[in-house]
Amino acid sequence: MKARFLIPFAIFIALVVFFFKGLNLNPHEIPSPLINKPAPAFNLQQLHDPSKTLSVEDMRGQVWVFNVWASWCVSCREEHPLWVAFAKNNNLPIVGLNYKDQRPEALNWLLQLGNPYVFSVMDVDGRVGIDYGVYGVPETYVIDKQGVIRMKHIGPITPEVLQTKILPKVQELSK
Amino acid sequence: MMRVLLSLVLLTLAAATLAKEAPPMAEDPVLEARLMKVSKELRCLVCQNETLADSHADLAKDLRREVRDLIRQGKSDDQIKVYLTQRYGDFVLYRPRVSGITWLLWFGPFLLLIGVAFGVTSFIKRRRRALDETPLTAEEVARLKSLLPNESKRA
Repeated sequence: MKARFLIPFAIFIALVVFFFKGLNLNPHEIPSPLINKPAPAFNLQQLHDPSKTLSVEDMRGQVWVFNVWASWCVSCREEHPLWVAFAKNNNLPIVGLNYKDQRPEALNWLLQLGNPYVFSVMDVDGRVGIDYGVYGVPETYVIDKQGVIRMKHIGPITPEVLQTKILPKVQELSK
Repeated sequence: MMRVLLSLVLLTLAAATLAKEAPPMAEDPVLEARLMKVSKELRCLVCQNETLADSHADLAKDLRREVRDLIRQGKSDDQIKVYLTQRYGDFVLYRPRVSGITWLLWFGPFLLLIGVAFGVTSFIKRRRRALDETPLTAEEVARLKSLLPNESKRA
């Protein structure tokens, strides 16, 4: 008889657990189906030298970071100093995907804020962005030596994200 | 003078052709109807609670452009949905697929309904049986009589 009174209590506890988990999730972070899949191919004009292109194949053999940015994107400005510092302290190539931007604005933006990218490629119509499932700039991908996407971060990176998510992943993949 | 006039005419003509470059939305009503039908089942990832058909977000416009291209290529609705889920995951679908993870989402409410119906009927049955089966004790009968002194008179 006594146990029956515990049933509502158990239901209550279960609800608390569900709410605690559910309300702590960020609804804007949609898990990407591209994790552990080959990075979608692209062959895009380079921002600094329109006569040259860059493709995913060109990056094969090294672990690299693919960062989606735009000069019109406010949160990109927020995370940018972290990338500049990161590029200085680490020997990891960061490729920028200049998403739906204008060349003069983009070049000017990098001149003002610093350029952490080994290459930036221009996705003028946003098609490559769609192939990568980009829906909110900035987004960051870690791609391994075989050209497989191993991690994705949506939104601006923070020092914590760099230290606890991106760097360990890169170290693991660089072995 | 003639030359200036001619170049002016040619220039305005050029401007006219440029203005026509962006095709109006209703250029191909069949295609647009199909686009609307498909994109009503798809979620805009930026606003999340709007369909791809309703959203004015830039990404939604781009995605509608992609869907339009896919329709022109003769892709079926399912192929279009596969194209989008490969990039954005099942979240783009307003009607989630029945799979191992979504099984509970689809059938959970029915399970809950069956469970509750079962609980309620067994509760009612038990109560009814309890009411039927417990006769009043002699003590209760005596108390009842003392509480209703006028019953014999009324009857």
